[in-house]
Amino acid sequence: MQRDQRTRSWGARIVILVPYAWLVIFFLAPFAIVLKISLSQSVLAQPPYSPVFDFAGGWEELKSFIGQLSFDSFRLLGSDSIYLFSYLKSLQVAAISTAFLFLLGYPIAYGMARAPKAWQPALVMAVVLPFWTSFLIRIYAWINILQRDGLLNEVLMRLHIIDTPVVWLSSDTAIYIGVVYSYLPFMILPLYASLEKMDESLLEAAADLGCSRWSAFWLVTFPLSLPGVAAGALLSFIPIVGEFVIPDLLGGSESQMIGQTLWTEFFSNRDWPVASAIAITLLVLLLVPILFYERLQQRSLEGRRS
Amino acid sequence: MKRGPSSFNILAVAFGLAFLYLPIIILVIFSFNASRLVTVWGGWSLVWYRELLQDEAILSAAWISLRVAALSASAATVLGMLAAVTLTRMGRFRGRFLFSGMVYAPLVMPEVITGLSLLLLFVAVNLDRGFWTVIVAHTTLTACFATVIMQSRLLDFDRSLEEAAMDLGCPPFKTFVTITLPLIAPAIAASWMLAFTLSLDDLVIASFTTGPGATTLPIRIYSEVRLGVKPEINAICTIMIAIVALGTIASSLMVKRGASRRERAALGAQV
Repeated sequence: MQRDQRTRSWGARIVILVPYAWLVIFFLAPFAIVLKISLSQSVLAQPPYSPVFDFAGGWEELKSFIGQLSFDSFRLLGSDSIYLFSYLKSLQVAAISTAFLFLLGYPIAYGMARAPKAWQPALVMAVVLPFWTSFLIRIYAWINILQRDGLLNEVLMRLHIIDTPVVWLSSDTAIYIGVVYSYLPFMILPLYASLEKMDESLLEAAADLGCSRWSAFWLVTFPLSLPGVAAGALLSFIPIVGEFVIPDLLGGSESQMIGQTLWTEFFSNRDWPVASAIAITLLVLLLVPILFYERLQQRSLEGRRS
Repeated sequence: MKRGPSSFNILAVAFGLAFLYLPIIILVIFSFNASRLVTVWGGWSLVWYRELLQDEAILSAAWISLRVAALSASAATVLGMLAAVTLTRMGRFRGRFLFSGMVYAPLVMPEVITGLSLLLLFVAVNLDRGFWTVIVAHTTLTACFATVIMQSRLLDFDRSLEEAAMDLGCPPFKTFVTITLPLIAPAIAASWMLAFTLSLDDLVIASFTTGPGATTLPIRIYSEVRLGVKPEINAICTIMIAIVALGTIASSLMVKRGASRRERAALGAQV
């Protein structure tokens, strides 16, 4: 018995340690490197650093390391309005898209939860399936439709709604269409999950007490689906802020989202410190929603365990 | 929900599905278009598939992508299983909060951040970028998705079976292999499939972590798409959609058949 106990704890330790170490090495530790590189720059003007870091051990090493640190990259982000506009545009696109996703996704999720029980797995599958086909392919499919001599213009002109081709591609409209299209399953599934669990007898009780269907929805159904709304909104909003592929392929060149700016700094300008500084700033910006999402995720799983 | 769907409900679902599928269906149809133009229908043709077969660059990129996806999905499934067991069966341990945080954060983390940070890590430890660094990067990302799928399966099923086996003196590892593993088999298959498709799909993280000689299919497609619509791209996209659709249908049929066979076996045992 004693031996059994010991082998279990030994085996259990490995089970915990392997994924733990993997995530620390390949997910957590790299952020420290990004931070370090965002602060290091091989420029002439290096501001003297505060002597707070004067520890006794490894003084020379520490001095040379701190001597290399500079906030130049961050200062650049603050001084050049291109970066500020990129952040603002990303937040704007993410906020407006999330609102559209909610308005579009809620009726769909609600309709799915209302569908006959036998159909529901098939409907869930139908919503998940596009998520399994390539993201890039789905964006590319929209280029076929939105380009100047594409299908949308063709259809609209055949119907005599427009006379001359409208420029859909390379515009913010195209970005919104692409984002809403790509993230719709992320909004629908958490909403459906919270609506599907709903207890029908609550609505019957509301009806018995003289509630109309409309006010029953707002007083009972909607408040109970709020965890799903929050999950869907966070699952969409956070990645959209850092989106690269959609604005790059569908958007115009006059203004960039922050993911594109980071990409350009890294791949075209080869300015790693600035790219790292953009990443760190973006991470700080998204920290609150990410922590909120984590708490939501943990709470929903804790709730299921009990 | 007992009350039947209203016409508004039906309309909403129909519209949603049309919106999700119409662009994909259009893309598939136009991959068979003999004409180079999207608006001109030149009749059914396999010409773009034939051109695709002669495109060495796309074919070799596809081969690299398939190998990366298979290897990283396998690694991610193992890693994800360990992480899911850690989160559901190990109770409280020091650093649990940090661990679950690290599992959920990559699910929403913008890809440009994950890609850049992994690249800087590889540069810092002086690792040559290429095939293997993409695999490590994809394993890290997809393992988190795999964890979530297997975690929810591990939380759902009846713990008493495991407890009964352990009470009867079955050691934990054997219990896991003989009781737990068969019960979570569908989730394992689903995790592998999802990890595989996510890896096959990824452009951003692969662009950061790849090196010479390891151009994956999405990187190749992306560089072609930037130059405009090409019918060959419609063709390769259709092939990828067909593979994913067939794989999904086959795996769901497999799970269903496996379930009904188990039910029949259980019935037989009772009789």
